[in-house]
Amino acid sequence: MNYFQLFNLPAQFDLDLTELGSRYLQLQRRFHPDQHSAGSERDRLLAVQQTANINDAYHSLKQPLLRAEHLLALRGLKISHEQRSFNDPQFLMQQMELREQLADIAQSDDADAVIDSIERQLQQQKKQLLQQLATALDAGSAEQDQLAADLIRKLKFFFKLQQELELTEQQLQD
Amino acid sequence: MAYSNKVIDHYENPRNVGSFDKDDASVATGMVGAPACGDVMKLQIKVNAEGIIEDAKFKTYGCGSAIASSSLVTEWVKGKSLAEAQQISNTDIAQELALPPVKIHCSILAEDAIKAAIADYKQKHGG
Repeated sequence: MNYFQLFNLPAQFDLDLTELGSRYLQLQRRFHPDQHSAGSERDRLLAVQQTANINDAYHSLKQPLLRAEHLLALRGLKISHEQRSFNDPQFLMQQMELREQLADIAQSDDADAVIDSIERQLQQQKKQLLQQLATALDAGSAEQDQLAADLIRKLKFFFKLQQELELTEQQLQD
Repeated sequence: MAYSNKVIDHYENPRNVGSFDKDDASVATGMVGAPACGDVMKLQIKVNAEGIIEDAKFKTYGCGSAIASSSLVTEWVKGKSLAEAQQISNTDIAQELALPPVKIHCSILAEDAIKAAIADYKQKHGG
């Protein structure tokens, strides 16, 4: 299913999120099962199915990484359930170092400073990768799509790091 | 989802956690990651003059299955030649640890890590 089509939006990475939100509400209202309670059994089932699709589509388009994955899938490059390993030693070494800093935080004299430093690196690199991703996806060539797929893979490590960082922050506060 | 006893054992008592100096000529490093879950795995081997893996260490940031898979591989490769270690497959690992289907990718990661370490060794030693 083409989620962009469902919302009648252009299939591109740079998306107007306010527009997406208002179209989501419109569609939800139109297909809300309550609106079809007087309809036939088949109509009611269709409305339920459609509501589920609309929700899936909205959540996928709202998040930049899922939106990028969906865009690539529409272009025939499916990476969302891939099992193959990622091996870019330099990139992974950096991830490993950041995870080590995070893991050693309990022994640190100034945990806040370490968290700030990781947070800064994380945000800066995420921003950079997302910009590169936007450019690659805009190009629309097979070669740039492959590059986009690699950028998504890298971004996933940063999103995981962010989760871990938030978890550590919570633990420190408790 | 329940972890098998072997996974829990490796998770609670991981074997060979740590690092070797990556600039040591007898040391080779394999770095791999799984984008889907953000796991990062480093597996290092120390190879003697006869081409036998004398020692191995790992460091993994990931779930219990990923830690257990890499811990198991460091145990398995000790005393093996590079050619023998190259034969280790994810199915052996998954079987030994009784990994459920959703965790198979952890064993794939560990297989890829040892293969990456062997490739690094061969590259370091010109062949």
